[in-house]
Formats: sequence, C-alpha cells, structure tokens
Amino acid sequence: MNTIMDILTDLDYGLALEDPSVVNAWLERHAQGFGHFIAGQFTEAGETFPVLNPATGKTIARAAQGSAFDVDIAVSAARKAQPAWASLEGHCRAKHLYAIARHIQQHSRFLAVLETINNGKPIRESRDIDIPLAVRHFYHHAGWAELVESEFSDSKPHGVCGQIIPWNFPLLMLAWKIAPALAAGNTVVLKPAEYTPLSALAFAEIVAEAGLPDGVVNIVTGDGQTGAALAGHDGINKVAFTGSTDVGRSIRKQTAGSRKSLTLELGGKSPFMVFADADLDAAVEGVADSIWFNQGEVCCAGSRILAAESVAPQFERLLLRKLATLRAGYPLDKSIDIGAIVHPEQLEHVRKLVEQGIAEGAQLHQGKVPPGCFFPPTLVTDVQPTSVLATEEIFGPVATLTTFRTPDEAIALANNTRYGLAASVWSENINLAIDIGAKVKAGVVWINCANLFDAGAGFGGYRESGYGREGAREGMSAYLKTSTPEAETPEEAPEAPVPAPVGKIAPSDIDRTAKLYIGGKQSRPDGGYSYTVFGKTDPVGLAGLGNRKDIRNAVEAAVKVDGWGSQTGHNRAQILYYLAENLSARRNEFETRLESFGQDAKSASREVEVSIRRIFWYAAQADKFDGAVHQTKSSHVTLAMNEPIGVIGIACPITRPLLGFVSLVLPAITVGNKVVAIPSQTHPLAATDLYQVIETSDVPAGVVNIVTGERDVLAETLADHDAVDAIWYFGTREGCMKTEHASAGNLKQTWVEDGAARNWTSAEGQGRVFLHHATQIKNIWIPYGE
Amino acid sequence: MADNSKDVAAPTGGAVGTSVRSTPVNHDIERNPGAPFAPEMFDRHPVNLSAARRRSTTLSSRRSIKKQWQAAWLVNAIQCIDLTTLVGDDTRERVGRLCAKAKRPLATHIIRGLGLNEIPVTTGAVCVYPTMVAHAVQFLSNSGIPVASVATGFPAGLMPFKLRLEEIRYAIDQGASEIDIVISRELVLKGKWSQLYDEVAQMRETCGSVRLKAILATGELKTLRNVYAASMTVMQAGADFIKTSTGKEGVNATMPVSLVMARAIRDYMDVADYRVGFKPAGGLKTSKDALCWQILMKEELGRDWLRPRLFRIGASSLLGDIERQLEHFVTGRYADSSRHALA
Repeated sequence: MNTIMDILTDLDYGLALEDPSVVNAWLERHAQGFGHFIAGQFTEAGETFPVLNPATGKTIARAAQGSAFDVDIAVSAARKAQPAWASLEGHCRAKHLYAIARHIQQHSRFLAVLETINNGKPIRESRDIDIPLAVRHFYHHAGWAELVESEFSDSKPHGVCGQIIPWNFPLLMLAWKIAPALAAGNTVVLKPAEYTPLSALAFAEIVAEAGLPDGVVNIVTGDGQTGAALAGHDGINKVAFTGSTDVGRSIRKQTAGSRKSLTLELGGKSPFMVFADADLDAAVEGVADSIWFNQGEVCCAGSRILAAESVAPQFERLLLRKLATLRAGYPLDKSIDIGAIVHPEQLEHVRKLVEQGIAEGAQLHQGKVPPGCFFPPTLVTDVQPTSVLATEEIFGPVATLTTFRTPDEAIALANNTRYGLAASVWSENINLAIDIGAKVKAGVVWINCANLFDAGAGFGGYRESGYGREGAREGMSAYLKTSTPEAETPEEAPEAPVPAPVGKIAPSDIDRTAKLYIGGKQSRPDGGYSYTVFGKTDPVGLAGLGNRKDIRNAVEAAVKVDGWGSQTGHNRAQILYYLAENLSARRNEFETRLESFGQDAKSASREVEVSIRRIFWYAAQADKFDGAVHQTKSSHVTLAMNEPIGVIGIACPITRPLLGFVSLVLPAITVGNKVVAIPSQTHPLAATDLYQVIETSDVPAGVVNIVTGERDVLAETLADHDAVDAIWYFGTREGCMKTEHASAGNLKQTWVEDGAARNWTSAEGQGRVFLHHATQIKNIWIPYGE
Repeated sequence: MADNSKDVAAPTGGAVGTSVRSTPVNHDIERNPGAPFAPEMFDRHPVNLSAARRRSTTLSSRRSIKKQWQAAWLVNAIQCIDLTTLVGDDTRERVGRLCAKAKRPLATHIIRGLGLNEIPVTTGAVCVYPTMVAHAVQFLSNSGIPVASVATGFPAGLMPFKLRLEEIRYAIDQGASEIDIVISRELVLKGKWSQLYDEVAQMRETCGSVRLKAILATGELKTLRNVYAASMTVMQAGADFIKTSTGKEGVNATMPVSLVMARAIRDYMDVADYRVGFKPAGGLKTSKDALCWQILMKEELGRDWLRPRLFRIGASSLLGDIERQLEHFVTGRYADSSRHALA
C-alpha cells in the first residue's frame, strides 16, 4: 500500500497530519479539569462541562462552569488590579503587551494545534491566519499602549471590561478584545465560548508566563448564563460582546440604563457582489476565502453571492468547479480546506436551515465530506430573497447565488437585509467598485478581495450587525471614555403636558401657531391636540402635541431624503453658515422668546449667541471631519471613511430650549444625517421658531424634522422604530434606560445622558465627540497593482 | 550573421515532413488543431493582480505533500523536467553529460530505495539550442527521451521572420521532436494580436507533426492581462504548450503568471476542446518549487496536467535538489550533492 509506484498512478496528496502530541500531553496534564483564571491563579475546577474535539466527537477536556459567584470574584480581582494597571506608564503597559505578543508567537504552533483540535478548523487556517492575526493584534496594541497618553490625551479607560467572545475564532477574538482593553488601561474579565474555551485557558497560562500583573486578565469559562452574569454584573464598566445578534439584543436590554459602555459585533448576511467586468476566477477564490473559509463560521462571510446576469452562468460554472476541488476532512490534515463544524448542535442548526431552504425550492450543489460533524461546502441556486437561506445567518459553508441586472439593483439587493457587517465587491472598474463601496451599508467593504483583516483597520458593522469598531484608532477609542459631565441635580421628569386650555396666554399682535415641522412642511399634529407652554409661571403659548403617527411621518420624511449625506462637506457648510446668518438676523426675536420662558436678558442673549457660534463651529467642521487611510497590508489602500449613520432621533434636554436643540441637531446634520428632533418638552417654541430659519436657509426638506410633545413617549417611539438608525436621548435616568432598552429592537446606536449634566453654554456643549457619535466608520479595502 | 552560418542546414523548402527524427516518440499525441483567431476570447479579459498573488501565495500553503507522497511527487516532477542547457558555452561534451543525467536522473541506490526498479525514470526531455540538437539526439538514441530545441531566434526572437521559420526547419531536420519558439514581444506590447496569431500559426505550420511550445517571455510582457491575451492568441494559433520564459528575462516563471496561463489553458479547452500543455521555465530551483507548481497544476487544471504530455518544467539545477531530497527520503540522512552525478 502507498508505495511510490502506487502513488505515482493517482498522485493524491496523501496524508499530511500535524502532530498533536504536544497538545495532547498538555491536555493530559489538565485532565483533572480546568478552573477559572482569576487574579493570576487557576481556581479549582469545581462543576465542569465537557469540551469536545468536534472532528472526533471525543471529550478532550473539562472546563469549569462559571457561576455568578465566580464572576463576582473575577470582577473583584479585575477591579483591584485596575488602578495600578491604569496608572502604569503607557510604556510599561506597552512592554507587557509586547511580551504577550512575543509569547504567543513563541507558542504559535501549540496554539494553532490546540485551536484546531477544539474548534475543528483546518490547521492551515489556525496556523496561517488565526494565530498570526492574534499576534499582530497584540503588537499593534503594544503600540497603542505606548501612544495612548499622547494620542488620546483627553480620555481615560473605562475601568473593568466584561468581554464575551464567540467560538469561531477563539484566540483571535480574545486578542481583539483583550489587546485594546489592556492598552487603554482597562482590566478584563473574559468569557470564552462554551464550545471553545481551551485557547483562552492556554492564553491565561501564557500571560502568567509573560509576567502580566495578577488580575489584569481574568478568564471565566461557562455557558450563556455565565455570560449573562458577567454582562449584568454591577462592577463592570464596559461590555464588549461578539456573537449572535439575538444574544447581542438581550445584552443591550440587560445593560439598558446601567451606564455601561457597550460595543457589539454581531451577525451578518454579507453580500458578495460580482459585476460583469470582474476577474471571475479571482472572485471564485474570493468566495472560497469567504464562505468556504472556517466552515462558513464567519460573521462577515460573503454568504449572499450576487452576480450580474450577464456573467452569472459562467460564474456558477467556475464556482462548481472550485467546489469540486475543495477537500473536506480531518482538520489536522494540512491539505484540508473544510474542517469540522464546531459542535453537533451547530451542525444541526445548519442542517435545519438548509432543509428548510430545500423545501422552499432551493437547489443545492455540494462537495463531499466524511461522516461525523462535517457539513459539505454548498452552493445554493434557485434561491429568492424570500428564502430563509437568503435572510438568515446560517454560519455554515453555505452560499446562495442570485443575480442582478444593474448596479442599482445590485445595491438594492445587497442592502436588502437587517445586517450590515461586510461586503465584497468585484469589478475591475474603479468607478463602479468605489461607487458600490460607498452605497453598500456595511462596516467593512472589500473591493476585489474578501475577509482581509488587520489590526490597523477597524472592523465592525452597521445596522443589526452591531456597533463599535475593533482594530485601529477607532477600536482603541471604544475602550476609552472622554470625561462625561455629571449632573449635580439630575433632570427631573417634566410634568405631563395638558392638552387642553389651562389659562390666559400672554397676547401677541396676531396669534401665531407653532406647528410640527415634517418633511420641510409645517404641519399640525396628527392628534389635533395642543398643550400649553409656560413661562416662569404663566402660559406663554401653545405647542402641538405630537404622537406616534407624527413620529412615523417624520421618520418617513427623513428616510426619504436622498443625497444630503453625499453632498460635499463644503455644500453642507454653506447651508449651515446661511443658517447661522439667518438666525443672527433674527437674534432679537429669539432672545425675546427665551425671555418669555423666564430667562433673564443676559442669559437669553448668551444662549442665542452661543447657538450662532455653535452653528459656525459645525459649519467649519463640515468639510474637515474626515477619515483616515490606515496602514494595513502592502499594495492596499484601506480607507476609513466617516459616514453618517442615517436617521437619528434626538430627544433634547429640558434646559436651554434653543441651544440644547442646536447643540444636538447641528453635529448630526453636519456630517450628513437626517434627524427627527423632539425639542425641550417644556419650552419647545424656540425650536419651532427655528424651523422658519431652517426653511429659509436652504436646508433640504426632511433633513431636520421637529415633533413637539411629551418627550419620553415620543422618544420611546423613536427608539422602537426600525427605520431609525440611532437615538440620542438627553433627559431623565428612567428615560435613558427606556431608550436603551427599546433600541434593542433593531440594535440602533444610542447615546443617552442626563439632560441636566452638560453645561450647554460651555465647551461641554460641542466638540468632536458629538461628531463621533454622529458617524460610523466604514473601512474600504482597495488592493492595487497591475 | 545567422543567415550564413555554416551550421544552418540548406533550405529544405516545403519538405518539412522529410526531416529525420531519430526517436519517434509521442505518436499518441495529437497536435493542437488551433482555432480561428478570436480576440473576443481575451480582449479585455480581466486579470486582477492582487487576487492572483493571493491565490498564488496560499496555493502551496493549502496543500502539503509529505513523506512517500512527497517522494512520489518529486519523482513525477523529474519525469516532467525538460533538462535544459541553453548557454553560449554549450559544447557537444556538455550536452553529452546532460543527456546522461536525463537518462539516469537518480542514483541507483535511490531508485532502489524508492522501489522504482521496474520503471524507467528519466526526465521528460532534454532542451538545447538548435546546433546542439544533433548531439543530443545521438546521446539519447534509444532512450525514448525527446529532444526539444529552442528556435525562432531564441531568446529575443528578433531575427527576420523568414529566418525564424528556417531555424525551426533546421532544428527539426537535426532531429528535434519538440520546438520551443519565442513570440515577438513587440506584437504583444503593441496589441497586434492578429499579427502574433499569424506568426505563431506559420511557425506551427512549419513544425508539421512536431509539437510546438510557445515561449511568452512573460517577464517582458509585464501585465497579467498581456499574459492571458498572449496565451490565448498562441493557443488559437495552434501552440501545443505554452511556456512562461526563456530563462533569460529579468523575471522568469512566477506563480501568478503560471496561474493565469493555467486558467487560459482551461478557458481554451472549454471552447476548443483541446488540452494545451504548460511549461514553467526559469526560476524553478528547489523541490519545494517543483511541488508548488505541481499543486498549481492539479488544483487549477487537474491530474492530467501532472503528466509530461501536458506539463513540463524547464530547469537545470532543479534536478540536483530533487535528488538530494529523495536521497534523504530513502536514507533518512541529509544528502550532499557532491555524491550525485552532475548534469
């Protein structure tokens, strides 16, 4: 058998097994079960759960099931270690991170083999992709630790971070979480996924070996309950989660109102767009690097292939040829493309979805796999956007192939999803490729490439794929906070508006009606009710009492606006300057209005003056708040573009009825967002006066929409609305909580704060932090060379 | 000047079929009939360089060939080598030494250790200048190893066209059973594809039943789009093999270029239903290279492109490295080339 003569006949690849003996011996040493890693020590294992090698189905280790008590101990250890860690010189933290990078590198093969044994991924991938990227991440962040004091001089670490990571890239996701947290001066409690805790436990041994101070990194293993205990722990200042959208949603709800910072990196159903002028062979390899990579267990996998009708048959032929050459099998074999699915439960999940797809009429094309916990690489044709295979994240090696006729249709199909993590665009036409890159709703766009990662580029999604970025400067900022003001007396809930006559209103010459402002039109509130606005004591006017339908109409009007965000910054600046000019011309009127609310003349004058200055400041920023070109791989331009988030709902504080409104609406529209704003509930008339100024200043209809009424009711409708992409709420503690809770529906971005905290007339009322909240960063990878 | 060199045989006019062929090999092989010139098959055919590079660099890391499989693949590589000497100081004796190595590329104890006593292990061919063909034919008599000759003004190809055809006739007359022609790079760089087609078609015609390998000199064509277009043009014109390089360009065989040529072969096959061979030349020096290129062939084109009928490696020093690796496989000890016969 297998003589040279025999092999010469078929020229098979044969077996090229990576030797697992070192890892096996390590597992043997830990046969009694792994405890948690807390304060530099491993705890007794206690209650444990089995850890599998999915390729063999065998239990290879037992890990401790973390309880709320274990989490508590770990958080305390992290808390205790945090001040000293944060007060170390950046250079000292840099040396620690550098040492971690070095030690991972020195144990690289051990970690690669361990990862493959526990996760089922091909050794080729753990060896060439997972581990090197993890090392790179620690090196990159050793750099940030060195620079954080100078580069982020106005920021501080959050404190203790609770981090929950998935099973698809166990060590790499750990690196993405721990490296920036430590660089910024946080300490962490990390929970690896239940299926794949081993590389995190090995990492714990490595940080101990590398001399990291006790308590800076703590690892608690366990299932979803352990994760929930961690995310919900009061001693955590920041929660960072990577995993499914459903769990992300429950963490959003769980942490609502807790004032914990939160970043989520969730699921995707990313488009893989092949245009007629693409290098089809290159695109085929791109598919293999996307959905047939890591068994398709990749959140950013290009699982929806969209091909131009003119090349789709040819592309399908090429894909099927490629499919036939993929080798699925034992993951430690170095010539394997598709390894084992991480766990039989996940295999079952994939199978169910695919069966459902078949029942819906989808046609399967599959490669071969051995028996066991494997799923064949699969291409699905005859699949419509209505199919479950086109809408649900499968997290298996299953790609759908559908066609489009025109670039417009390609974009429509690409964006026809709840998600927005990544997109891959294939075209040799730079005009087309970048146009598509700009229009696709995704946090990462790969042009003529797929699944490229680098610590020097941000990674993270739009829409229900989450918020926050990992990697690069933007990833660092997620682990730092700028000083947030605290209210001496928190904002109290204003009295509910009374939508009936309550008393004599100070007369004006001709009676004026303040309306809502929706889609560029002044409109009466849908309910037909108005409520009384008071001055110091007496009524000074009536305001429309907006309701759910007004919010619906306002959001519709905002969504409809096309092109505000794609205008040049210069054009937007011109409009904003004009706004300031017109407001200045009506300065007296606004001062009088503010005085009618009970402000003294000086205060009113100052509020108007600061408002005008603030509009100028944002007009100045409009063409300057730009992105970056990240240094990633050679012959690649990686653009980090600041993009507007879309429609932002803004609930203004009670205080400073004009300036509060201006301070929040202006940064949002400066960078191209559309807003639905709820002005100060008690004194909305300054904002409704402003719509006349907005109208005369050429602000396109629908960019700013104003709905007056009961703030918290309207804000909750906005927070609940699926077409609203972000919500800013400045008001009561309870309102903050409700807003964050309701935002979980479509996982819109939130910014909530006590309405009384900021001194709006001071520097606290404006700045780059407002612009950061108003933008999301899209990283576009453009390789070049001919 | 070459045209009155005494080594050039008397013009034989149209008597191509009368050339003497000492080793009647490859009778089973049908020649590429060619296809009508069809620029739509390559015009604006996109090739993305960075994607080709990515594919190239990961190809060999995606497949690992170890132990007896590696030994077998290396033996296979030997059988695909066009053992080559193409230098100004070539002599009859030098060619003799090369031919001896071609006939017995591995030391006897290695052959025995590999269990290959039953089959003759030889290189795929010997490749020389036209004036060395007669010597090679003589040294290789009865070995079954074909003699390939470069022709058409190798390596630059800038001889008058008439003389280039004449050189083909001369080499065949001398006994060459494969002709490695060079294309006019100028025609590629100026986009004169139909003229390139005509030239190669005439060369093919001149070759008669002898197989034609077209050297693209990819290091001078520079872009992968040019490589693809040139590949397709010469295949349409009837080339039986497409070959990367003369070995004299600044950059010779590279993986991205080979990848693109392999894909052109596949695309030509899809349309013309004929399987054209591939020959990387220049720069393949190590056993690792031999494995990488074979993996490329198997992955992109399939098992058949691991036979000498469809795959050749133009190399000289490669064989020595393979022999050392195989000795290590057989003995478990690292070998030294001083113990192996020189090519």
